[in-house]
Amino acid sequence: MNVQEESVNVVELRIPCKPEFVSVARLAVAGIANRLHFTVEEIEDVKLAVAEACTNCIQRSPDAKEIVLTCEMVPEELRIVVRDNAVRAPGDDAAELASGSLGVFLIRSLMDDVEYRRDEHNGMFLRMVKRVAGTS
Amino acid sequence: MDIKVNVRPSDDEAHVVDLVGEIDVYTSPTVKDAITELIDEGHYHLIINLEGVRYIDSTGLGVLIGALKRVREHAGSVSLICTNPQVKKIFDITGLVKIFGIYENEQLAIKALA
Repeated sequence: MNVQEESVNVVELRIPCKPEFVSVARLAVAGIANRLHFTVEEIEDVKLAVAEACTNCIQRSPDAKEIVLTCEMVPEELRIVVRDNAVRAPGDDAAELASGSLGVFLIRSLMDDVEYRRDEHNGMFLRMVKRVAGTS
Repeated sequence: MDIKVNVRPSDDEAHVVDLVGEIDVYTSPTVKDAITELIDEGHYHLIINLEGVRYIDSTGLGVLIGALKRVREHAGSVSLICTNPQVKKIFDITGLVKIFGIYENEQLAIKALA
């Protein structure tokens, strides 16, 4: 294992794809972001972005059973992947992916890098990165 | 996490909806129900007090936008009371500051109605 690998801490959280569990994801990610040197405002940005990603899964993936959040803590950077296990036909809500909802707009506004697409099983895949201010 | 909703008439013709807590995909239906009931009763000038709200997401914004659309059909209005910078920031980012009147307190919101 090289130095770079050693400095990456990973936290994975699985929550039911239900509205009442979004606050659990929000609080968990706030705790994770707090381990890095984010300001209070940046932590609030990350909380909102994660909540919007989970809400997106709930509203657009009615057949999804769970949401999986993977948080990689890298020095000066938090990388978060949010995905659901919905089964969709290829091409479903392609327009949504292209244009984005108000929630996706907020995510793109609050985070530094955002990638939003379907994963290999056609579930939702949203990868976002927040960098500690002054390191981007 | 929960939301507390209190509806009361203001000194003027408006009704005030006091919200305390967090507005997200789980709690926004409660807020929507309270506002919908007010509008159904014929109250078209609403002041939504967000002073006790620590967090709002796009579903909460959606409820407010929906309320504004409905009351505007009756020449009504939706004003917001909000001084929390983090909550205000969401209205700034989305451009909703240009759509809603956002005031620092209830007196200013009522004054703007006149």
